[in-house]
Amino acid sequence: MEWDWEFVREIMPMLLDGLRITLLATLLGSILAAVAGLGFALLRRSKSRPVARITGFVVEFIRGTPLLVQLYFLFYVLPELGLLLSPLTAGVVGLGLHYATYASEVFRAGIDNTPRGQWEAAKACNLTPYQTWRHVILPQAIPPMIPALANYFVAMFKETPLLSAITVIELMSEARGVANSNYRYLEPMTMVGVLFLCISLIAVPALHLLERRFRPTR
Amino acid sequence: MTDAIIDIDRVTKRYGSHTVLQDLCFSVRPGEKLALIGPSGSGKTTILRTLMTLETIESGTIRIDGEPLFQMERNGSLVPADEAHLHRMRTRIGMVFQLFNLFPHKCVLDNVTLAPMLTKGVRKADAERRAMELLDLVGLADKAHAMPAQLSGGQKQRVAIARALALQPRIMLFDEVTSALDPELVEEVLNVMRMLGSTTDMTMLLVTHEMSFAHDFADRVLFFDRGRIVEEGPPDVLFTNPTHERTQAFLKKIIAAGQRI
Ligand SMILES: Nc1ncnc2c1ncn2[C@@H]1O[C@H](COP(=O)(O)OP(=O)(O)OP(=O)(O)O)[C@@H](O)[C@H]1O
Ligand SMILES: [Mg+2]
Repeated sequence: MEWDWEFVREIMPMLLDGLRITLLATLLGSILAAVAGLGFALLRRSKSRPVARITGFVVEFIRGTPLLVQLYFLFYVLPELGLLLSPLTAGVVGLGLHYATYASEVFRAGIDNTPRGQWEAAKACNLTPYQTWRHVILPQAIPPMIPALANYFVAMFKETPLLSAITVIELMSEARGVANSNYRYLEPMTMVGVLFLCISLIAVPALHLLERRFRPTR
Repeated sequence: MTDAIIDIDRVTKRYGSHTVLQDLCFSVRPGEKLALIGPSGSGKTTILRTLMTLETIESGTIRIDGEPLFQMERNGSLVPADEAHLHRMRTRIGMVFQLFNLFPHKCVLDNVTLAPMLTKGVRKADAERRAMELLDLVGLADKAHAMPAQLSGGQKQRVAIARALALQPRIMLFDEVTSALDPELVEEVLNVMRMLGSTTDMTMLLVTHEMSFAHDFADRVLFFDRGRIVEEGPPDVLFTNPTHERTQAFLKKIIAAGQRI
């Protein structure tokens, strides 16, 4: 089998379309994972025992089941219960919630690492609990977490091909489409690998920059 | 004592089965400078932390300006305080910690302006003007834009004092504010305290192991042991002529360790 550059040129626009969806799903999924992850972490620290317990259970449950099963559930089972999600929405929710459970562990560790004296100083300054979180705890806790969070987001990026299982036309499913209709897999699949690699290679130095930018100055 | 700004009445505090404060009673007059001394573990820090509402108590009553700290009146009877009540009570009290506890992600100026802006709605420009006055007072106006990590321990502690003053509390609590400092930095902090002691009418409670400072600074000294006040009196009496043998033994040890009193 010979490598066919002409074929590559022909399929590139479609692959790039797919890549756009892949990146979009990753971006939205990351935002959801960060926000929901923080929410999980805060709820798990709730003073109300039942709230903390139930959140803990939900988090363990989501983390303990495969992402693919969750995606199927969101896309194929929820409509039967009356909630119809578009493929991309279901995909973003699935990715986001799944990775939120990992992110929540990162948040939890970061929050626990904030010295007790910071809580006490905030109280002595008479800040409300909300002000304490907003102005004292989170601004200290989040920057050191950014590298760990970003690693999860890169991992999420590499799991987006799973979305093709729920008919999201992302990079992998575009590639499979052109491959199937042309009976040629070499170029499409190689290009998928190359594109993923390129993005990952860009992401790594970008993460290092982030890491440096947010390194705490104690 | 009805004109007391702080009135502590039969307060008991436990950690698990360990009783740290036992039926403690004392009161403090407005403007009084009080030194709390005593061996390690005698409960001095716990009292200050309790006044700052960082700890709760098992029984007894603490009144600030006659108003119960941990209880509030509702329909004519006293019920446990809610967060709003505690918040209101805390406006009267400030605290400086042994380990400074500055906000490390904020510059010196922002450390001082944060609480007035958030809790009193002071406008940024006003908060900053006031903060600069306070930083000037503690001798750190030139460090306003430094980060806490760039300061020495003594400088950090002076910022922490300015931060507490910015809220204009009527009561200030100082918990061994010099004991984490290198010896050569102790004096700069004590000087600030002296200046505060002589120029303000704030009520000040000071836990310290610096006996000579307590001697000069305090109007009254309380000697604690095992969660109780063993002896109290004006520094001239308590330091030079203690009546209780545990006070005598404690002071003897301090002198043997090389401190002047
Ligand atoms: N969070 C806590 N949990 C359990 N025990 C505690 C806690 N904090 C303090 N204690 C205990 O309470 C007692 C009084 O502590 P406290 O810190 O008030 O003493 P102190 O007089 O300030 O001593 P020092 O001079 O060493 O600072 C000690 O026996 C201490 O071990
Ligand atoms: Mg102490």
